[in-house]
Amino acid sequence: MTATIAASTADSRPAGAGATRQRRVDARNGRAGALFAAPFLALFLLLFLAPLGYAAYLSLFQTKLVGGTSFVGLDNYVRAVQDPLLIRGVVRVATFFVIQVPVMLLLALLFALALDSGLVRLARVVRLGIFVPYAVPGVVASLMWGYLYGPDYGPFAQMSKALELPVPPFLSEGWMLGSLANVVTWEFAGYNMIILYAALRAIPGDLYEAAAVDGAGAWRIAWSIKLPALRPALLLALMFSVIGSFQLFNEPNLLQRIAPDVIDSAYTANLYAYSLAFTGQQTNYAAAVSFLLGLVIVIVSYAVLLTANRRRSS
Amino acid sequence: MPEIAPNHPLLSRRGFLAAAGAVGLTAALAACGADSGTTSTATGPVSQADIDKAMTTPTELTFWTWVPDIVQEVALFQKKYPAIKVNVVDAGRGTPEYTKLRTALQAGTGAPDVVQIEYQYIPTFTITDSLLDLRPYGASELKDKFVDWTWGQVSGANGEIWAIPQDTGPMGMLYRQDIFDQYGIQPPKTWDEFADAARKLHAANPEIYLTNLAGNQAGVWHGLLWQDGANPFVTSGKSDIAISVNDESSKKLARYWGGLAQEGVIGTEADFTDSWYASLNNGKYATWITAAWGPVFLAGSAKSTAGKWRAAPLPQWDASKPASANWGGSTSAVIKSTANPIAAAQFAQFLNSDPESAKLFATEQFFFPATKALLTDPSYVGDAPEFFGGQQVNQVFADIGTTVNTAFTWPPFLDQVVTDWTETVGKSLTARTDAVAALDEWQSRITTFATNQGFTVR
Repeated sequence: MTATIAASTADSRPAGAGATRQRRVDARNGRAGALFAAPFLALFLLLFLAPLGYAAYLSLFQTKLVGGTSFVGLDNYVRAVQDPLLIRGVVRVATFFVIQVPVMLLLALLFALALDSGLVRLARVVRLGIFVPYAVPGVVASLMWGYLYGPDYGPFAQMSKALELPVPPFLSEGWMLGSLANVVTWEFAGYNMIILYAALRAIPGDLYEAAAVDGAGAWRIAWSIKLPALRPALLLALMFSVIGSFQLFNEPNLLQRIAPDVIDSAYTANLYAYSLAFTGQQTNYAAAVSFLLGLVIVIVSYAVLLTANRRRSS
Repeated sequence: MPEIAPNHPLLSRRGFLAAAGAVGLTAALAACGADSGTTSTATGPVSQADIDKAMTTPTELTFWTWVPDIVQEVALFQKKYPAIKVNVVDAGRGTPEYTKLRTALQAGTGAPDVVQIEYQYIPTFTITDSLLDLRPYGASELKDKFVDWTWGQVSGANGEIWAIPQDTGPMGMLYRQDIFDQYGIQPPKTWDEFADAARKLHAANPEIYLTNLAGNQAGVWHGLLWQDGANPFVTSGKSDIAISVNDESSKKLARYWGGLAQEGVIGTEADFTDSWYASLNNGKYATWITAAWGPVFLAGSAKSTAGKWRAAPLPQWDASKPASANWGGSTSAVIKSTANPIAAAQFAQFLNSDPESAKLFATEQFFFPATKALLTDPSYVGDAPEFFGGQQVNQVFADIGTTVNTAFTWPPFLDQVVTDWTETVGKSLTARTDAVAALDEWQSRITTFATNQGFTVR
C-alpha cells in the first residue's frame, strides 16, 4: 500500500531525494510493523509452533510402562497408516463431512438469503434464534440432545409410544452418525449463516439498484448477484467445516456416555487420538495419529480449495 | 467444530494455510504428556524425633481431593498440627484428577503432596513409581484399625503400603420390597434364584426387569469377578503380568449374565444417565446391584421411592460360603515427589485413622467407613433410615464387608482394561450378543496392550 502511494507521488519529485526518503520511511515502517506484529509472533511461536514442534518430536519416540522411552523414528507413523481403527475413524468422519456439510451450508445459505431479502418479519429475532444454538456450549447441547434422543423417556420416544409407532432408534449403530450430524447441523448452521449474512450485507447497494433498473426480480438478484458475491464466504465456511468435520470430537465424546455400546473410543479419528493419549497413555502414538489426521485435513482442505479456484478461473 | 471466528470473508491461499494450521491443535493437545521424573525419599523407618520435628516446622501441603466439604476433617488435622498448612484443591472427581496428576508427574512439577485416589487406580500409579511407600512413616501400625480387605487393596506385592483407606463400597443388593411383594418374589439368596426371579418378574410384567447390568459399568463386572474369588490380573515384579479375564470363572459369569441379557429378562442400559435415574424412580428395575454407598445415593436420587427399598447381600454362587467384593471408595496416597514426605504421610494417616476425622466422613460426607471401630459403633450401624423402611442398612453392609475377598488385585493400566471391557463385554451385554466370545476379545486386547507396553504376559 505504502509503496504504491509513494511510487505515484515520487514521479513528480526529483528521483534521488524521493528514493532516499522512501527508504527511510520504509525502514521506519518496517520496524514499526515488526513491533506491532511481535506480540502475535511471540504468542504464535510460544503457544502454537512450539507445542506443535514438541508433538512432532514426541511422535518419533515410544514410551512403554515397562522399559521407558526409546527413539523409534517413523515407526509410529508406519503403525498408524496401517491402523484399522484410525482408518475406520477417518472414513467415518469423511462420510460425516460428505453428508452433513452440504445440508448445513445449504440451510445456512437459505437462512441468510431469506433474512437478507428483508421479507422476513422480526428478522432480528429470527436471526438471533437461528444463531443461539451456536452460543449454547457444546456440552449442554449434547446433553440436551442426549435427552431428546433417549429411547425410554425422550419426547420423541414418548410421542411414538403414544401413537403406537416404533420408537426411532436415534442412538443405535445405524442411526448414530445421522443423529450426530443433526446435532452438529443444529449447532453450526446459525454460525455459518452469520458468515454468509455478513457477506451479503457487504454487497454495495448500487449493485441492487442497477439490477433493479435492468429489470431483475428478487430471484434473479439472488442468483446473479448475491450468490456470486457469496462465493468467498461460502468457501470460508466450507473450509471451517472440513476442519470441524474431520476433527469431530465433542459430540461423540459426550453421547458416548449414553450410548457406550455404539460410540467406542475410536469412533472418530480425533476421539481415537484422545483415547490413545489419555486412556492408553500412548502419548507418542497419539501424537503421530494427530499429525496424520492433520495431514488428511490439509490434503482435503487443499483439494476443496483447488477445486473451487479452478472452477472460478474457468 | 472450530470455535474460531472468521475475521475476513475472503479466503486466500494464505488464509488457507492459517486455517490448515488449526489442525495442529490436536497434535499440540497430544503434547500435554511427556517425560517423567521422580525423586526418591526415605527408605528406612523415620524416627519419632524426626516426625516431631517435621510436624512442628511450618510446612505447606497441597491436597488434591474431590470430597465435598473435606475442609472440616482437614481442620481437625490443622488443630492438632498448627504448623502444617494444608491447601485443599479440587482437581476433579476420578479420571479428570488422574489425568491432571499424570500430566503434573510427567512435567516434574505441580504435583500435589497428598492425593485422593480410588483403590482400583493404585497400581496404575505405582507402576510409574509415583506413590510413596508409607511404611517408614508408621503406616504399618494402622493395619488393625482398618477392615481386612481394604488393607489388602492398599498394599503392594512386597508389602508396601501405598495409601490409607478412606471409604469403601462392599457390594450388596438393594431391592424394591413393594415390587417383590406384588409379584410374589423372595429376595434371591443365590444367583440361580436370582435368574429364576428375573425370568418370573419379566414374564409377569414385561415393563419391569429384575435388574440392570450396565454395559458401561466395568466396576460392577470386576466386582462380580471379585465375588467369585477370581483374580484375573496378577502383577509380579515390575514387568510380569498374568491376565486371565476369560478363564472358567469369567466364562461362568459371561454365560450367566450374557444369557440373561440375551433372554431379554434384564436391562442393560448405561448407568448414571438421566434415563437410568428415571428408571430407578419409575420402578423399571426391582433391584440395583450396588455397593455400600448405594443407599445414601439412592435416597438422594430416587426420592419418590422412599420407604420401598431394602438392602440385602449379593446373591451367592455358593450360599454356604458367602462372598462379596468392593465397588468404589477411595484412599489418600502420598506422591513420591513430595518435598515433605513426613508431614504428608502423617496427614494421610491422621485424616483417615483419627477416630474423630473418620467419624466425620461417615456423618458429614455419608461415606461408608473403612475403620473397624466405626463399623462396630452402634450409633453408626444402628441407624435405621426411613428410606429403607427402618432397616439398619449400615449393619447389612458392615456384615457384608467381612465377607469381601481380600486377595483381588487391579491391573497397572486400569483405564485401558476398562475401555476394552466396555467395547467388548459391555457391548455384548447391551447388544445382547455372545458374551463368552466377547471375553476372548477382551483378553486378547488387554494382552496386546500389555505386550506393547513392554510387559511379559503370562
